[in-house]
Amino acid sequence: MSAQKKFVKFFSQYAVVIIFVVITVAAIPPSGLSVKYILQEIITRLGRNSFLVLALLLPIYAGMGLNFGMTLGAMAGQIGLIFAVNFGISNWHGLLFALLVGLPISVFLGWICGLVMNRAKGREMVTGYILAFFINGIYQFFVMYMLGSVIPMGNRAIVLSRGYGIRNTLNLESVRQSLDNILVLHVLGFTVPVVTFIIIALLCIFIVWFKKTKLGQDMRAVGQDMVVAEAAGIPVEKTRIVAIIISTVLACAGQIIFLQNMGNLATYNAHDQTGFFAVAAILVGGASVTHASIANVFIGVMLLHSMFVVSPLAGQKLFGSAMIGEYFRQFIGYGVIALSLVLYAWRTRKAAADARLSLRGGANGSTKVRAVKNGANGAPGNGGQA
Amino acid sequence: MRNLKTFIEDFGWPRIIIFLFLILLFIMAPFVRVRLDASISDVLNRFGQNAIMVLAMVPMIQSGCGLNFGLALGIVAGLLGATLSLQLQLHGILGFLGAIALASPFSLVFGWFYAKLLNKVKGEEMTIAMYVGFSFIMFMCIMWLILPYNNPTMVWGYAGKGLRTTITVEGYWLKILNNFLAIKIGQFFVFPTGLLLFVGLFAFLMWLFLRSKTGTAMTAVGSNPDFARASGVNVDKMRTISIIMSTFLGAVGIIVYEQSFGFIQLYTAPSPMVFPAVAAILIGGASINKASMVNVLVGTILFQGLLTMTPSVINSLLQTDMSEVIRIIVSNGMILYALTRKIKVSK
Repeated sequence: MSAQKKFVKFFSQYAVVIIFVVITVAAIPPSGLSVKYILQEIITRLGRNSFLVLALLLPIYAGMGLNFGMTLGAMAGQIGLIFAVNFGISNWHGLLFALLVGLPISVFLGWICGLVMNRAKGREMVTGYILAFFINGIYQFFVMYMLGSVIPMGNRAIVLSRGYGIRNTLNLESVRQSLDNILVLHVLGFTVPVVTFIIIALLCIFIVWFKKTKLGQDMRAVGQDMVVAEAAGIPVEKTRIVAIIISTVLACAGQIIFLQNMGNLATYNAHDQTGFFAVAAILVGGASVTHASIANVFIGVMLLHSMFVVSPLAGQKLFGSAMIGEYFRQFIGYGVIALSLVLYAWRTRKAAADARLSLRGGANGSTKVRAVKNGANGAPGNGGQA
Repeated sequence: MRNLKTFIEDFGWPRIIIFLFLILLFIMAPFVRVRLDASISDVLNRFGQNAIMVLAMVPMIQSGCGLNFGLALGIVAGLLGATLSLQLQLHGILGFLGAIALASPFSLVFGWFYAKLLNKVKGEEMTIAMYVGFSFIMFMCIMWLILPYNNPTMVWGYAGKGLRTTITVEGYWLKILNNFLAIKIGQFFVFPTGLLLFVGLFAFLMWLFLRSKTGTAMTAVGSNPDFARASGVNVDKMRTISIIMSTFLGAVGIIVYEQSFGFIQLYTAPSPMVFPAVAAILIGGASINKASMVNVLVGTILFQGLLTMTPSVINSLLQTDMSEVIRIIVSNGMILYALTRKIKVSK
């Protein structure tokens, strides 16, 4: 492998991370924010978002790509919180109650999601994305029409004035930051929500342990090759469903942690961006559709959110409009997802071409590869230039 | 009996349910004091508004690129054409055709790059197209703010720069197609002849194209790329042509939509336009690798009919607005159904 090829390979693997670091670092000086402020924001946002992003890991191991269906879990968590507020359960008890309500719902939704994805093998990502929209319709129907009419709501303050349906914004004052505030540490002038971080650490340990169990190993086998796994006696479809159920349940808990930190719930669209931010974060951290690690999660959350903190102000200073910064960060968020998916698809095809090339014995085979290659048309980096 | 069974299987339960539901809505309409003639007029109008964007799905489905979730690129090209036509103060039919003419080069360029990209990621087109579309919309949001437009009807009054979120086309080319040879019956019913003729023209051209040599080659690529390549068809070229066509039709589609709707909607407005177009063609009976003119026609009428009738009828019936929820469930449910359906070998 020549040096140039190695460089191309390295770059295509880490392109997203490199581009991101460059943009973020370049945006810090014009934003005029102090490093201390940015660091504090990153600590807060690590506590707020990491759990949600960690929920993406298992489906990636199981070869199901980025689980855009995690939004389903987020909706289950929100329903749990609505009931916690309804019954007036405050403090961390309220969060626990929300989790208990959300748990069966998210298991059920995860099961549905797994069944649907098993019917759309190879198209899991787009299917999960649409499924999230579909279930969103049902969620809207449930929260807007069922709650308060079919299911009685004791707390009239959270119900719309027409008598049923939940208000657009729900004040979570009773459970606000109740998890973060159980134990707060002040280190070097930074505020650290200890319990939240302990819970995130426990989840990381769980994931590391889970990968070593029989089920975890099965999952990785399924992720490698479904046909081989099936032949080896692993129940492929069941394993995939389990991966999605765990992911959905984790997303449910993650959304509860996220919302207790935010302190209020936009009832009808708090979950809209959940999948987008989580997926963007893990990709920015250097993960791909098939490979991800716990490190990717934390690097990603830190990078993505430091850019989110600086970009509106940088936009204001550089272009005289905060809206430009706002659009820019969304552009980057979506762009990062698109770029990672493109690079991944491109790498997979290139790996297949390289494999063919090595089978044919190097230079001699190159002309043949070019002929076989699907309309190679001089696409950069395609096989045959060894 | 067997015929009926295979027919139902081919057509799919969701479509039959939607069809029956729509019929039911029409039957119920007079009982809840919704005027039938006004409703039918609305459905026809909205059919014409949206049909070309649905038509834009056809070439990419036929060439095996799947559902064009990146239609936003075409829509943005159309928006550029429309805003430029206003900027150049083009009025009447000249303004409308001018908008299409100005949008064409953009749609060709966008389509060409889009095709370049999608040809490198075969098999992953749909997810990637979706995110390429989203990020492009966001990029254009920045552009709408900083491009040097200066027609006072288009830019923010107080700043004198940056385009407004909605720009009216009144006084330029509002309803230029709708009013062409329009037939008015009674107080409420208007038959938008010009609009439907224009849609018909495009559908006919597409129908002709799919039967031409290039069109047949394109369909062959979609049905079996290996076989097509073996018979000497350039797969990437066919896919490129289909993607450029789809992008161009998206541009024309949005301009037709605007002249009827009355406003050019900028910024994030293009993103919610894509899913209804995808849902409509699927409701019409297309699958993710086969689509025809009948699918476009039936799908757009059913979907737009549903969107027109549910707010008026259901609202009068239940005294609450459930149309938004129904729209979300039906359109996404339909896409989901198509994605999870086992792909049958085409007959």
